[in-house]
Amino acid sequence: MTEIIEKLILYFQYPFVRYALIVGILIALCSSLLGVTLVLKRFSFIGDGLSHVAFGATAIAVAMNLTNNFILVLPVTIISAILLLRTGQNTKIKGDAAIAMISVGALAVGYLIMNMFAKSANLAGDVCTTLFGAMAILTLDDGTRIWIGEYPIPMKVFMCAVLSLLVIAVFMIFYHKIFAVTFDEDFSTATGIRASVYNLMLAVIIAVVIVLAMTLVGALLISALVIFPALSAMRVFKNFKAVTICSVIVSVVCAVFGIFLSILVATPVGSTIVVVNIIGFLIFSFAGFVRRGFSG
Amino acid sequence: MPQLTCKNLTLGYEGKTVISGLTFTVNAGDYLCIVGENGSGKSTLMKTILKLKTPMSGQVILGDGLTSSEIGYLPQQTVVQKDFPASVREVVRSGCLNRCGFRPYYNKAEKQMAEENMEKLGIEQIAKHCYRELSGGQQQRTLLARALCAAGKIILLDEPAAGLDPKAAVDMYALIEKLNAEGITIVMISHDIDAAVKYATHILHIGAQKVLFSGTTKDYVQSEAGHIYASGGSQK
Ligand SMILES: Nc1ncnc2c1ncn2[C@@H]1O[C@H](COP(=O)(O)OP(=O)(O)OP(=O)(O)O)[C@@H](O)[C@H]1O
Ligand SMILES: [Mg+2]
Repeated sequence: MTEIIEKLILYFQYPFVRYALIVGILIALCSSLLGVTLVLKRFSFIGDGLSHVAFGATAIAVAMNLTNNFILVLPVTIISAILLLRTGQNTKIKGDAAIAMISVGALAVGYLIMNMFAKSANLAGDVCTTLFGAMAILTLDDGTRIWIGEYPIPMKVFMCAVLSLLVIAVFMIFYHKIFAVTFDEDFSTATGIRASVYNLMLAVIIAVVIVLAMTLVGALLISALVIFPALSAMRVFKNFKAVTICSVIVSVVCAVFGIFLSILVATPVGSTIVVVNIIGFLIFSFAGFVRRGFSG
Repeated sequence: MPQLTCKNLTLGYEGKTVISGLTFTVNAGDYLCIVGENGSGKSTLMKTILKLKTPMSGQVILGDGLTSSEIGYLPQQTVVQKDFPASVREVVRSGCLNRCGFRPYYNKAEKQMAEENMEKLGIEQIAKHCYRELSGGQQQRTLLARALCAAGKIILLDEPAAGLDPKAAVDMYALIEKLNAEGITIVMISHDIDAAVKYATHILHIGAQKVLFSGTTKDYVQSEAGHIYASGGSQK
């Protein structure tokens, strides 16, 4: 036990490990906030499609040798989110097909571009990293720095932190409106809540969350980070507020555990966090089962 | 100026006309009851008034200072996805949202109003229950309480008595009458012709493709349409 603590203390002397933990917690927090809405509005499918788009955009960023791929990936993903939402609203089946087409297409094009233009010698490694997240938590540091007072903060860490705080703020401000629009869009529209504006806002937030989550767990595992905490919380709680709070706690706890675990046993961060989330889901399913068993 | 004006409306789905030639007005304080057979287009009309659907032709005009954030609405059917985690209180409070404007949270008065409306409909004991796990009648009361919260000047109700037990239905009509006495305009769809004639000041009777009657309740009782429908109703 002391050995484990010593090892962790040793690691946390490095600033990049501390940054990784802070960014990990923030990303886990904001990705879990929208889980309920995503699951219930059947946006989870869009989320999946978008993560593939984000992968494609990342591939292009890598090929273009951009140091900060956010500049490209974020706008591309946001625009795709808005477009997908539009098609999804018009005709349901065609919308689903469009998502499937875009997501598979983006995956193929992304890999092709990486193959053709990437200068890196370790192509398989690069692809694997974008799909499944970094091997270790070091990669948040791309060398560029932003100075806050006298502290040099890695650019990407800074952007992740700012974006997650933004998502959290928007969610808190529009919490009741998001609830109303998710619960009953027709009633909201009829009584003067501009549901289409909030849907657009949700699409943008989802895109931001996906780009953020990609830095933590990679393109293919994003949905797990977004959806598992909400599903876990919904096993036990039956109102929106409790489910939201619970899924935030579950997500943050799982992320912290996952990061610690990945340091101690040297596993990839992303998949470790997801596995911890799966274990969390099993525990909550069991708790929900026991609870229902007692009450009825 | 009337609160609501419908001018020569034609309603339909995918090019197929359901009803045409709808022209009527609703003034502040009116109690309008819309009657007609199943499938005659009553719910479609209500959705058009609420701008949830665009008419094939014609116009819906809100007047007399009425804006869409002063409208309460009880839909005939609400599709809520399975497993939606929402308590009765959360659903009822969401009716106050159109009063908030840019304010992100409910104020004391709005929370108070939600509690009062839950009491009026006898659902205060189940305030913490999950909406999805309620009976049909309890869900209907919850949505009615939400509609009451949203109704600043006018409330549109699509078959509010559907699914309520007889006593609850009587209570509900009394509640709506009281609301009307307080100055809220009522537009209600109902198959209960006796209640319609008893409470409403105006009646709109729509039949296959066209309007059968539009005017005051007093005239309706004397009219041909009123006779046919009322006797058809009592034969059941
Ligand atoms: N979404 C839709 N798509 C196509 N046709 C529809 C749709 N909704 C309703 N209709 C058709 O429009 C007509 C009017 O429907 P509406 O729901 O307005 O009837 P209603 O008067 O409210 O009937 P009820 O008394 O049963 O509630 C019906 O013939 C119905 O088949
Ligand atoms: Mg109807």
